[in-house]
Amino acid sequence: MSAIAATPPVIRKTALNAVHRQMGAKMVEFNGWEMPVEYPAAIGCGIVNEHIAVRTGVGIFDVSHMGDIRLAGPQALAAVQHISMNDASKLAIGQAQYSALLYPEGTFVDDVIVHRLGVDEYLLVINAGTREKDFNWVRDNTRQFDCLVENLSDDYTQIAIQGPKAIDLMEKLSADFIDVPANGFNAPFTTLKIEADYKSLKFYWITEGRTMAVRGNTERLFDSRTLIGRTGYTAEDGFEIYIPSDEAISAHVWYGLLEAGKEFGVVPCGLGARNTLRLEGKLPLYGHEISDTINVWEAGLDRWCKMEKPEFIGREALEASRAHPLQRTLAGLEMIERGIARDGYKVLDSAGSEIGYVTSGSPAPFLKKNIALAYVPPQQAEIGNTLQVEIRGQGVKVQVVPTPFYKRPKK
Amino acid sequence: MSYPTDRKYTKEHEWITPDGKIGITSYAQDSLGDIVFVELPKIGTELSVGKTFGTVESVKAVSDLYAPASGSVAEVNGELATAPEKVNKDAHAVWMVKINLKDPAELNSLLSAADYEKFVSEEAGH
Repeated sequence: MSAIAATPPVIRKTALNAVHRQMGAKMVEFNGWEMPVEYPAAIGCGIVNEHIAVRTGVGIFDVSHMGDIRLAGPQALAAVQHISMNDASKLAIGQAQYSALLYPEGTFVDDVIVHRLGVDEYLLVINAGTREKDFNWVRDNTRQFDCLVENLSDDYTQIAIQGPKAIDLMEKLSADFIDVPANGFNAPFTTLKIEADYKSLKFYWITEGRTMAVRGNTERLFDSRTLIGRTGYTAEDGFEIYIPSDEAISAHVWYGLLEAGKEFGVVPCGLGARNTLRLEGKLPLYGHEISDTINVWEAGLDRWCKMEKPEFIGREALEASRAHPLQRTLAGLEMIERGIARDGYKVLDSAGSEIGYVTSGSPAPFLKKNIALAYVPPQQAEIGNTLQVEIRGQGVKVQVVPTPFYKRPKK
Repeated sequence: MSYPTDRKYTKEHEWITPDGKIGITSYAQDSLGDIVFVELPKIGTELSVGKTFGTVESVKAVSDLYAPASGSVAEVNGELATAPEKVNKDAHAVWMVKINLKDPAELNSLLSAADYEKFVSEEAGH
């Protein structure tokens, strides 16, 4: 039925794989990883419900497939500055920023969140599909700096807790131990507490929390520092926590979050909702809006590219290309005739000539529209301009709209 | 899961009643997930057995609909233009198109409810 694309010989699994299967999630292969795409309708899930839950309540995601690279040492900052386009010197300890690793051509190796963990310690969180490529790139391009480069990707289970009620869930788990039912994976733990100072944790800052898992009331069997970031990929408030990739602890925390979050309407969420959420927020996805053939200016990521830094890989090429007019730019499209524009579909002008292509397209479950991002010539990207997307051989009308399509309400 | 015995089934997970109503099975809607869009042919369109005649779209994917039998489209379920999720709620009760069967004998070679149920349990086992 579906074309079998070339897949790596081994499909990798996160520490929560058995848990997702137990919950009845539909599993898919994503960039060499077996991941849940959505959870069953029978437990109130499915892509649409999961998406709405994150916009109105809270949802949790297993994002352990993402990668983690740690740089530490006297020249860690210099190393980061060399490979990253944003300005890491602006980061206080505990602060994070969105950035990208670029090729000398000014195109993308990957996008990344740079976290400053300590005086000379940084953590780069990178995409699942580019783990090895990124690590090799970082290591090979920082040899000249006095700095240790470690691949910590396998060490962590990473769980994202996202939505306007994420803070309520985390504060509840921080205030007191909660009982977590036995689920077949979390023995011998019975209660959970994840302590952290959430009151002062601002968006795009990180903190060190403390995860404690206990048997009964007294036997503290697991007590460990936990990195917690107020970060995410959903265009909502939320957190990402990094716990050891031990299966029992991972299952205990996962089920603990679901237990504590019941009163807030928590649902487990898969990659399907992860994609529709980030699309509504115009967050780029590697291989779609950004890639090794697209440069920073075309992708519209100027804001995170600090050309005032005297040097970083890709800077020269970006400087040179800045002098020329853009050939294409990323535009937001909304279907105005019936149809759904999808990844790879052609974009046509009103006369029917091909002018570009859709990078990501999907129904938007919260906005209740069909939306897309596409590369088109800048002169066609004006808000209000009517174009067409070719759907099964027919041109179907779309309109260029402002992005992001969705912005979370200010509290 | 038992499938209604008042109709026949295909390996592409469609069903057809003796009076020409066509829909998709409950197994199909469950595999697809939330259905967000259904594209159906106009009244008068000639369907050819085994050929595609429309599409069903979930959030993530586009799936073709294959004609279980030949005939011309007599009616189209207009509800699905605005409420495609009805298919998820009760796939066996929601028909998509009704055709005037060109050759009712074509239904003889389709799967019975029992055969379809067996087919699905084998497929789901993969």
